[in-house]
Amino acid sequence: MPDSGRPRAETATETLTGSQVVVRALIEQGVEVIFGYPGGAVLPLYDEIFKQNAIRHILVRHEQAAVHAAEGYARSTGKVGVVLVTSGPGATNTVTGLTDALMDSVPVVCLTGQVPTHMIGNDAFQEADTVGITRPCTKHNYLVKRPEDLAQVLHEAFHVARSGRPGPVVVDLPKNILMGQAPYRTAREARLSRYRPRRDPDPDRIEQALDLMVEAERPIFYVGGGLINSGPVACELLTEFVRATGFPITLTLMGLGAYPASDPQFLGMLGMHGTYEANMAMYDCDVMIAIGARFDDRVTGRLDGFSPRSRRIHVDIDPSSINKNVPVDVAIVADAERALAAFLEGWRRRAHRIDPRRIEGWWEQIRQWRAVDSLGFRQEGEVIKPQYAIRRLHEHVRDLDPIVTTDVGQHQMWAAQHFPIEKPRRWLTSGGLGTMGYGFPAAIGAQIAHPDRLVINITGDASWVMMMQEMSTAIQYRLPVKIFMLNNRWMGMVRQWQDLFHGSRRAESYMDALPDFVKLAEAFGAKGIRVEKASGLDAAIEEMLAHPGPVLTEVVIDPFENVYPMIPGGAAHNEIILSPADKRDEGPLSEEGMVLV
Amino acid sequence: MRNASQQERRHTICVLVDNEPGVLARVIGLFSGRGYNIESLTVSEVDHVNRLSRINIVTTGTEQVIEQIKALLARLVPVHRVQDLTVEGPAVERELALVKVLGDRERLVQALRIADFMHARLVDSTPGGLIFEMTGSSDDIDAFIALVEPVEVSRAGVVAIGRGGVVLEPPPDVVATQTKGEGR
Ligand SMILES: Cc1ncc(C[n+]2csc(CCOP(=O)(O)OP(=O)(O)O)c2C)c(N)n1
Repeated sequence: MPDSGRPRAETATETLTGSQVVVRALIEQGVEVIFGYPGGAVLPLYDEIFKQNAIRHILVRHEQAAVHAAEGYARSTGKVGVVLVTSGPGATNTVTGLTDALMDSVPVVCLTGQVPTHMIGNDAFQEADTVGITRPCTKHNYLVKRPEDLAQVLHEAFHVARSGRPGPVVVDLPKNILMGQAPYRTAREARLSRYRPRRDPDPDRIEQALDLMVEAERPIFYVGGGLINSGPVACELLTEFVRATGFPITLTLMGLGAYPASDPQFLGMLGMHGTYEANMAMYDCDVMIAIGARFDDRVTGRLDGFSPRSRRIHVDIDPSSINKNVPVDVAIVADAERALAAFLEGWRRRAHRIDPRRIEGWWEQIRQWRAVDSLGFRQEGEVIKPQYAIRRLHEHVRDLDPIVTTDVGQHQMWAAQHFPIEKPRRWLTSGGLGTMGYGFPAAIGAQIAHPDRLVINITGDASWVMMMQEMSTAIQYRLPVKIFMLNNRWMGMVRQWQDLFHGSRRAESYMDALPDFVKLAEAFGAKGIRVEKASGLDAAIEEMLAHPGPVLTEVVIDPFENVYPMIPGGAAHNEIILSPADKRDEGPLSEEGMVLV
Repeated sequence: MRNASQQERRHTICVLVDNEPGVLARVIGLFSGRGYNIESLTVSEVDHVNRLSRINIVTTGTEQVIEQIKALLARLVPVHRVQDLTVEGPAVERELALVKVLGDRERLVQALRIADFMHARLVDSTPGGLIFEMTGSSDDIDAFIALVEPVEVSRAGVVAIGRGGVVLEPPPDVVATQTKGEGR
């Protein structure tokens, strides 16, 4: 190979076992933690991990949890999360986690064991076509068939996982490759040139975007999780730019934390359960500045009713996210950090010509929408309202800079609405796939990365049960994760849809035969707390926070509370339902809307 | 894109990829997973030194869908270049077909006559049967098949190449720096 990055003779000839190559590559890539579960096909690699101290292995209790934990680790640190599982069932169990990481753009490298190369295709014991199964749920995947490719593949896997729009990468490792001899190549010698996403914005497009912004009378920033992936500097630049412009900003579910929630320019989250002011402002704006957001259907509602009068600027590192659902006027393919730096510079250059008064009327309109108080609720008597529980929790922990993870359902939306997130990498939720069971293992991963921080998993009774075996992991590694469970004895979000759209026929959504969660926690060796009355809530939260180990706090809430506001499927932003009283008797749903998930 | 046409249009897209296992599955999976159609797909290694393959895809879609397809193709790791000849052309498109006709003497003589004026080449003859090789545009081949009424047809699919200076080249850093063997 006449390659400039050609390995020097001494490194190229240094031969190790495949397992040693894997461990060395992981160390070189800066890996400190692996979340995994052993099995026959990966035993040589486990043996090698056993012999060293640079990388810590966290034994989860289910391979899906390994991926979610790696996601929690990655999203709370910005580093690549690493997973190690065995062949066959070990690999297939990761599929939900990988799909979750793909949808939410989380950098994960997942090493899977495989039967020896000469047995591939023979339906060998614990053989699965892992690269076939995971091809559509990874950013990229590899089966290593030749020892000389091993180091190159591992380095490229990390490069692909973390570059551009991040995502999960699977490396399938046949057992004979792990056991046989393989040459090592350093990361510097690896060839990474075939994957190089564009990062710098086109300066002309930046100017076009600024032209629209300076003339805008009803502008809005619409920002998503891409900002958080771009990094803390990008989020700082965003805050600076938003403040420089004086424009309002809304965030997606994935974007929460990219801009301080307490800032007066923040309109709250948008979308299906977003605030009235955020959704109305999106509907009525004349210039929309979308950054690192992907116009998901939960955000846009009915497409032909989406922001009908706006001109749109879209910054994204993934060209395939642009013009996918919603056509835009100025497309900027770039890393958000670089685009924002360019925006800021251009804005300052023009500052003397910009008249801040032109958006005064817009802010007046927004003030009126805000006065609707769309997140309002009433806590009366002793039955705990979920919104109240979350607000109280926030009051107790706001100064502790907590990391919050959620599962999926009503509790997730209430947490998004009522637990303000001030900084990036503090809010970990399954947005794209909506995976029940994500929150607890993600909290474990975040706690591993931040042993001294407060990590809270806000969850629902049904979701938590899906991954509750991970309490053993929390106990084993002394992880003081605080589980704050809103128990309504329903798959609440399912019941809400049944009540709204299926004549209140609550098919299979009641959580019958739930365990005694306090005893369950205790059975694992953790602490359990149950609170059923509003007057006891503060004491329960204090008790939870005071305990040094993992705690499961079960908050028994009003079982029939629903999440509002709500834009029903197939409706436009201005057709938002604010409260149960608002529910139109003729049914807010079109046939077309009903088919949407 | 703002005023993108809603009209569906046929596009010929050429993709230069690393010739590694699984690359075709990635491309096909992209189309099937997202519900796009493939009218024709051909693939072969075109650069043995750098082990690059060229995939020619004929697909139909609205402008928005075609743009989406190209962006999705381009973000696959083994994909080096994506060229939409329908937009970036002009281009030459050809297809090859093997066309078998069976029948009595009279029928075969007639087929030979049609082949002659349509420039199909006789490549095999057995008692009662002929095989023609036809190269041309897909329309030419359709016309030939309609006339000779064959019992069996095997078509290679569309291959295409830009005219003159319209060249699909690998990025410079790819040439002669490849390592191989990833994927299944
Ligand atoms: C793995 C998985 N299965 C099914 C669903 C569909 N689903 C969405 S929300 C929900 C109910 C969640 O109930 P719970 O965790 O108790 O939360 P709540 O809505 O009551 O707050 C279900 C079943 C899902 N999102 N994920």
